[in-house]
Amino acid sequence: MSEASAGTATASAAHTHAPRRNPLKDALVESFMAGLLAAVLASFILGVRTVDAPGGLVLEYRWHWVLNAFLIVGVGRFLLRLFWWKEGAALPRALSAASGRISGVVGQRLLWLGVGLVILAFVLPFIPGIQRYHMDIAILVLTYVLLGWGLNVVVGYAGLLDLGYVAFYAVGAYSYALLAKTFGLGFWTVLPLAGFLAAIWGMILGFPVLRLRGDYLAIVTLAFGEIIRVVLLNWQEVTGGPDGISGIPRPTFFGLEFKRFGENTFHGFFGIEFSPMHRIIFLYYIILVLAMITYFVTNRLRRLPVGRAWEAMREDEIACRTLGINTTNTKLTAFAIGAFFGGLGGSFFATRQGFISPESFTFIESAIILAIVVLGGLGSQIGVALAAVVMIGGFEALRNMEWLQEFVATNFGVEHFDPGEYRMLLFGLLMVVIMVWKPRGLVGSRTPTIFLGKEKKAISREYVGEGSG
Amino acid sequence: MEYFLQQLINGLTLGSIYGLIAIGYTMVYGIIGMINFAHGDIFMIGAFVSLIVFLILIGLGVTWIPLVLLLVLIVAMVITAAYGWTVERLAYRPLRGSFRLAPLITAIGMSIFLQNYVQLAQGARTKAIPPVITDGYTLMTSPDGFVVQLSNIQIIIMLVTIVLMAIFAWVIAKTPLGRAQRATEQDATMAALLGINVDRTISLTFVIGAALAAVAGLMFVLYYGVIDFYIGFIAGIKAFTAAVLGGIGSLPGAMLGGLIIGLIETMWSAYFTIEYKDVAAFSILAITLIFLPSGLLGKPEVEKV
Repeated sequence: MSEASAGTATASAAHTHAPRRNPLKDALVESFMAGLLAAVLASFILGVRTVDAPGGLVLEYRWHWVLNAFLIVGVGRFLLRLFWWKEGAALPRALSAASGRISGVVGQRLLWLGVGLVILAFVLPFIPGIQRYHMDIAILVLTYVLLGWGLNVVVGYAGLLDLGYVAFYAVGAYSYALLAKTFGLGFWTVLPLAGFLAAIWGMILGFPVLRLRGDYLAIVTLAFGEIIRVVLLNWQEVTGGPDGISGIPRPTFFGLEFKRFGENTFHGFFGIEFSPMHRIIFLYYIILVLAMITYFVTNRLRRLPVGRAWEAMREDEIACRTLGINTTNTKLTAFAIGAFFGGLGGSFFATRQGFISPESFTFIESAIILAIVVLGGLGSQIGVALAAVVMIGGFEALRNMEWLQEFVATNFGVEHFDPGEYRMLLFGLLMVVIMVWKPRGLVGSRTPTIFLGKEKKAISREYVGEGSG
Repeated sequence: MEYFLQQLINGLTLGSIYGLIAIGYTMVYGIIGMINFAHGDIFMIGAFVSLIVFLILIGLGVTWIPLVLLLVLIVAMVITAAYGWTVERLAYRPLRGSFRLAPLITAIGMSIFLQNYVQLAQGARTKAIPPVITDGYTLMTSPDGFVVQLSNIQIIIMLVTIVLMAIFAWVIAKTPLGRAQRATEQDATMAALLGINVDRTISLTFVIGAALAAVAGLMFVLYYGVIDFYIGFIAGIKAFTAAVLGGIGSLPGAMLGGLIIGLIETMWSAYFTIEYKDVAAFSILAITLIFLPSGLLGKPEVEKV
């Protein structure tokens, strides 16, 4: 597709084609049409609601929603048209200048930002005012950071779009749960084992799809992810089916357990008072250290020959093969290493929750992890971490927005407004908007790490229309 | 034997629905080379619009079922086509010329958005309506009392599919739109140079695909009587499997693939285990892509450097 039709095709077309026409009238007509389209789209889905009633479905008409859709889209489009989609408009220029300045500043100080974040992460449990609730969110965010970094190897470095990453997460979680429940193995024994099992699965699943091109590969990995979930759901004797596995053992601190009573307890050994926070903080440090290990390993791997090969493959697979790189092995290592970290994450998930079921390993999880990697900027580690903080933290914040709830209830008279319900809607919308706005991610760094000669010539992907993968 | 015949009928019915959805995938892939991941959800929207319009008409007191169904079909096709057009316009067109995976990612975002949009607007519970078209024909009865039935709804689904396919094949082969579409598929730049409005052609492709998905949605509602906001995901993957199996980009292939997937799924449920029927479909997808990437009726793709 060489027709480089920009995002604002209609607007710019109106400018180039008909400079003599009245712009205000054009804008009005266009906004009216957009509003009309929105009303058509909203008509039967938003305007009518099916409600369960004793005698079957009954309809509840809400035509004001169609009018709302018309007005919101129409007025929104009109305002955009007036202030955004025109040459030399102040607002977008200011925004792009600001974003350029921010990424300039951040780009120079990425290292310091990263160090700052790590220090903050390490002292977080001891900051006054941090409660259990915050720690839970922090653990969740770090889990996604770990998974994001793991998937980053596959998607960001090697350029293989994996839509079934959650499969490895599931393999890790079930490995730990089953090994611990059946053979009584401890968390620390199983952790590497679960990683290796997931890596083996990564290779098993990776092997057949090696020949496939980018988007086919994505769909097949999605299919594999679903297959694993369906098997977990139906293989009752081993996995417990939809009931899942409960009572998964908690991790121990050098054999010391985090219990109130018992022989080898953490608080008993150190002679401190029992607090349920100890276990939470311990879990927090486990995931923090695991995430740091992931960061370190993946970052170093990037500089190893295999990392270079990943990047070369991502940039151009044919050229890569021509230069004598074994793309089969390169792809398999990417899959295996990505899966390894997925397995670690899964193990941790199992021990943290104490309960797992196939419910937790749906496609939507893969999509969330992928979105974190993509929106953070494929290949950029700090970007992935920031995206995880913003997205997962944002989700949680949305869930607890009582002020918004009150605001809506008092101003719009809508009862039972739960912002948390809208998080997946917003999530899907964000994926589209950010991709359209900044296809390279918010903190994008997809440029190869190594260049021929001293000068970084302008050969990065920014200038290459299409790569294979 | 009788049991097998019954499963054959059921499988062909299901396959017709998959085939109608698969056409949307195969056309879009043929013309712009992307997997329209949100197409399954377009189908789901078609099913919801059908259900709601149907209930409205019944509520208004229109009782002559053929008229009701015709009106439902038209409204559902128009509204769903509007969704198809909008999705292309908002999520895919701005990314034309971007790197290959970008539109796939927006398509996933769109899919998630549409699912949650319908869930929020209509509620998460499954929606059920009583069967609209009952009755049917008894084809044969086996000695042990097993009755092979061909219900009216099954006949309607297969007939509608055949008629639509015929119209569609005619559109592609004979009309200016079809010619523009085939030209764009072969070489978009060249087509644009020769005066074809490529953007418009691509938009129309999405519109046609969505309209056919709406028909599939209506058939789904009539056949099963139960829908929820999640039906698009699984049906979408299966229809995509059908498109791949038939050879992506090939329209007869999409139909053939749909029928094969429908048959395999039905036979698998009938003779093996119903729990693993999705696994069967997914495995076929993987196996086809690995061993027969160009599908049954597709042309092998040449990788140009």
